Amino acid sequence: MIEGISIYEILALTTILFFIGVYGFVTRKNLISILISVELILNASVVNFVVINKYLYPDMLQGVFVSIFIIAVAAAETALAVSIIINLYRQINSVEVKDTEVMKY
Amino acid sequence: MNIDSFLLMRHEIILLVVILLLIVAEVSISPRKKNSIVHLAIFLFGIHTIAGFLTIEESSLFGGMFRTNGMIHFFKNVLNIGVLVLLLQSGDWLQEKIVQENKGTEFFILLFSSLLGMYFMISAGDFLMFYLGLELSVLPVAALAAYETAKRKSSEAGIKLILSSALASGVSLFGISMLYATTGSIYFADIIEVITASNLSILGLVLFFAGLGFKISLVPFHFWTADVYEGAPISIASYLSVISKGAAVFILMIILFTVLKPLMHIWENMLYGIAIATMFIGNLFALRQQNMKRFLAFSSIAQAGFILLGLIIGNQLGTATVVYFVLVYVFSNLAAFGVVQAISLKTGKENISDYEGLYRTNPKLSLVMMLALFSLAGIPPVAGFFGKFFLFIAAASEGYYLLVFIAVVNVTIALYYYLLVVRAMFLRKTDNAIPFFKSKIYMRLGLIITVIGILALGIYSPLYEYIYELSAIFN
Repeated sequence: MIEGISIYEILALTTILFFIGVYGFVTRKNLISILISVELILNASVVNFVVINKYLYPDMLQGVFVSIFIIAVAAAETALAVSIIINLYRQINSVEVKDTEVMKY
Repeated sequence: MNIDSFLLMRHEIILLVVILLLIVAEVSISPRKKNSIVHLAIFLFGIHTIAGFLTIEESSLFGGMFRTNGMIHFFKNVLNIGVLVLLLQSGDWLQEKIVQENKGTEFFILLFSSLLGMYFMISAGDFLMFYLGLELSVLPVAALAAYETAKRKSSEAGIKLILSSALASGVSLFGISMLYATTGSIYFADIIEVITASNLSILGLVLFFAGLGFKISLVPFHFWTADVYEGAPISIASYLSVISKGAAVFILMIILFTVLKPLMHIWENMLYGIAIATMFIGNLFALRQQNMKRFLAFSSIAQAGFILLGLIIGNQLGTATVVYFVLVYVFSNLAAFGVVQAISLKTGKENISDYEGLYRTNPKLSLVMMLALFSLAGIPPVAGFFGKFFLFIAAASEGYYLLVFIAVVNVTIALYYYLLVVRAMFLRKTDNAIPFFKSKIYMRLGLIITVIGILALGIYSPLYEYIYELSAIFN
């Protein structure tokens, strides 16, 4: 618990973070930036879980457990995505979205 | 916790043992006999499939995180059979292409890990287990989609799949956090007791549903489907469209019918709109496809729309029809993808126009393809008809007559483009048809099993009654 800050401020912050992530996912032109946007979304939900646990249900630790697992899985996800991006970069020398448009329609 | 209760996770334990054995085999097999890893993996998985049919009692483990019952057990067996057929169909491709690049064992390990994730996902008793299972089932498939590292399309398919599924699971998690905020628990059993339709829980439901909608490729979330299916190796496209989609439908059904049942008046309206959009967009886009894999991708989107007809009613009849439809769909789609794979492996051709005159040169393959497409379209003698028929009955039983009418219109549209392929194979004459070829034993076995499935499932009615009895627990 933080003195003087209620749960509403923190939840508003995480919601803003979530939508920044969604916006970035849709508009970014670079695959790495898209990956960063996804991380923002995941981190928004991590903070959500911790805050809800701490403020609303402090007698159980379920939310904290979930957030630890999310962090671990997100790391695995990023590693895999980056390795696929590197493989793509070796073939087309680019990580731009506009160059990954061989398949259309 | 004693050994008896541990053995309730038999599916998972045996599959894990198979994975470990394959790692040992990779080290001990000499480089001259590289191909034997394929035979070994198929053999071990066959044993696993047979062992899965042993009965199991209903129970839950780890304080309710993992649970199992007759329905979940049955569905795991369906997934097993699907993966076994898929392995048989891709055995030749693996021996000729993948093993030669020394990537054979990893293929099986990744594929089986993904299946393991699906087991955990469908037996999940809380949202943490569900999330871990979901991720374990998606990440290896993304690696497999990018498996042909020398091909640009394959890498593109991999990156599209991993990014969109990461977004989907992120959105889904945000929804789960809201459900957690309203109910104070992540356990399904605790959530059922306290959940009510407040604004926050409805938002949580919508976001959670969006995440799973990605996996099933429902319409606003279907953009990755066609690209990934086209770029990925055919066996992986087949895996995504059959096994992955089937497991996601099943867990969505469990969560909607049990955990989120108090919000039913919300999600039935949601499903109503999404079903109509999914059927129309899937079918209309399938009309203009030239590539066989993209064609099957859009056809599988349309089939997902039909599945929602069974989900929308939310009772025992809905469960039974959805599971039966998925079972039939597994066999039909595996047969279609199997033929595409056989032809692509021998000739490298994947377009519908390449199939012209196929009946004159390869009559057996054309017949399998015709049966598969008839089953997907829902033409009476084959199983697909009964699958669709039961879904329509289920939706009509709760008074969704307009929805059933729209679905019937869509069946007609679908019939047109499925018959386009049949016409190309049987009626068109061309000089440069695909020459006659003979597939190897694995591929033939895989196709024969699917044909038996397509023909027998429709005729053997006790199976449907058996599924109906099993689904009593989701009433």
